[in-house]
Amino acid sequence: MKRFIAKRLLQAVFILWAVATIAFGLTFLSGDPATLMIGDHWTAEQIAAFRDHMGYDRPLLVQYGDFLGRLVRGDFGVSVRQQIPVIELIWQRFPATLELTAAALFLIITISIPLGVLSAVKRNSLADRITMSGALIAQSVPTFWLGIILILVFGVTLRWLPVSGRGTFAHLILPAITLATFSTARIARLVRSSMLDVLGQDYVRTARAKGLSNWRVYFVHALRNALIPVITMLGIEIGSLLGGALITETVFAWPGIGRLTLLAIQARDLPLVQGVITFGALIFVLVNLAVDLSYSLIDPRIRNE
Amino acid sequence: MTGAGVLGFLVILAVAAPFISPHDPGSIDIRARLMPPVWMDGGSWSHLFGTDNVGRDVLTRIIYGARVSLFIGISTILIGGLSGSLLGMVAGYFRGRTETIIMRLVDIQMAFPSILLAVAIMALVGPSMMNVIFVLSLSTWAPFCRVARGQTLHVCSQEYITAAEALGLKDFAILLRHVIPNILSPLIVVASFALATNIINEASLSFLGVGVPPSTPTWGGMLGEGRNYLRIAWWVSTLPGIALMMCVYSVNMLGDWLRDFYDPRLID
Repeated sequence: MKRFIAKRLLQAVFILWAVATIAFGLTFLSGDPATLMIGDHWTAEQIAAFRDHMGYDRPLLVQYGDFLGRLVRGDFGVSVRQQIPVIELIWQRFPATLELTAAALFLIITISIPLGVLSAVKRNSLADRITMSGALIAQSVPTFWLGIILILVFGVTLRWLPVSGRGTFAHLILPAITLATFSTARIARLVRSSMLDVLGQDYVRTARAKGLSNWRVYFVHALRNALIPVITMLGIEIGSLLGGALITETVFAWPGIGRLTLLAIQARDLPLVQGVITFGALIFVLVNLAVDLSYSLIDPRIRNE
Repeated sequence: MTGAGVLGFLVILAVAAPFISPHDPGSIDIRARLMPPVWMDGGSWSHLFGTDNVGRDVLTRIIYGARVSLFIGISTILIGGLSGSLLGMVAGYFRGRTETIIMRLVDIQMAFPSILLAVAIMALVGPSMMNVIFVLSLSTWAPFCRVARGQTLHVCSQEYITAAEALGLKDFAILLRHVIPNILSPLIVVASFALATNIINEASLSFLGVGVPPSTPTWGGMLGEGRNYLRIAWWVSTLPGIALMMCVYSVNMLGDWLRDFYDPRLID
């Protein structure tokens, strides 16, 4: 068990190092970062002074070492546009992203799991067909378009709900639905196929033979085993949602990490772009690490693989 | 099969765009700006789906938009899918250090939120069709690599591979004649779902204004521009969205059908 944890931790550290390196490399993708950031309106002296200020004139290896060294100490650099430490900007926005992710996750879990189980248990029934067709449609709706349609219907036409910003519970409803739709559909489909696999297993037959009620067989014996791939997928979803929902946050002007990222990219604020990408990957890796370790607690077979 | 039908229809539209479009996609007519579709008050037969904020014909731009979506979708699958599958196959066949390196690369790629990385790179390298194809191919290869490796591992444990090795076949010949044909079907299924994802991602990039240059009509770009006129002209952003959704839905249906076709265990 200790070896398993150590191995996974080492892997996570390696991935983070690689991601940080790529984020560092992004700076130089366009050639000269100083010119890219402050544009052509400045004089050559001003650009040179800025380059000097940012340290872009130092040897690449020195800059890289400096970047990694600061990162390890939790220093993501300073935003060029706002002159505020990147990590502070990220923590300012993180609660909004956390709130949106939690709301979306609540919708995803409470809708997809019951529907997936229902579809599997009543396979090929009308309910199954409707649910699965609906899931396929929901999976095909582009997030930004869904957001626009919801704004059009509930905001512009019916005037029931606010369509931008964060504040009251009402502000949360449309962005959460928008963000949850795709994943709900995907996870409902996964729950169904995973349940179908499990329902054919011997232990389900045994549970039935013991005379347990259908309800107990489905929800206690089958679902628990069917959930393992579902938890993996949820881990991936949570990990990427916490890194900021770029599109949903943009459509609803939600003040989270996703919107911060887009603004940083549009303003060519490279330290901030590097910061949010590294932060997103950090969260992603940590959540998935937690999921991996949690299985090994649940299922000893994985621990010994 | 409905999926294939709709998709085929869109392909024909895309290919025949210059011949069937009622207008030129870029022709601006300020006097005819924000005209509603034909079925609404004030609509006209000359602009079936209405016009946008500078009087360009929405239907024409939707037809031309199909070209961009399908072209980018298919080329990213060809580039990203082929390179990913090849790497996965090499990893699964040769094992050892090669496999370790390739699979670590997959892990790294998977740790990046794909759309975020795509947007960041696009903002740095500037909008162009080639750049979009490049960044989307980059976010496509990893799942192909995983599946190809898994399938290759499975195939290589089979007796016919041992037999081929015993007969003295070279690695290349074994890969070409025995491995590729046997790992192809799951990869085709992955390709169809990846196509749906990439069509959405291309539209997302254009929507955010970092995709194909705005002079080229794209569904995502139309949605992004039309968004500002939502209150007075819903059709400008809603109709391209329906086209996009139909396209993605038909690709997903095709994917489902292919999966059932290759893996009959999943259906009765």
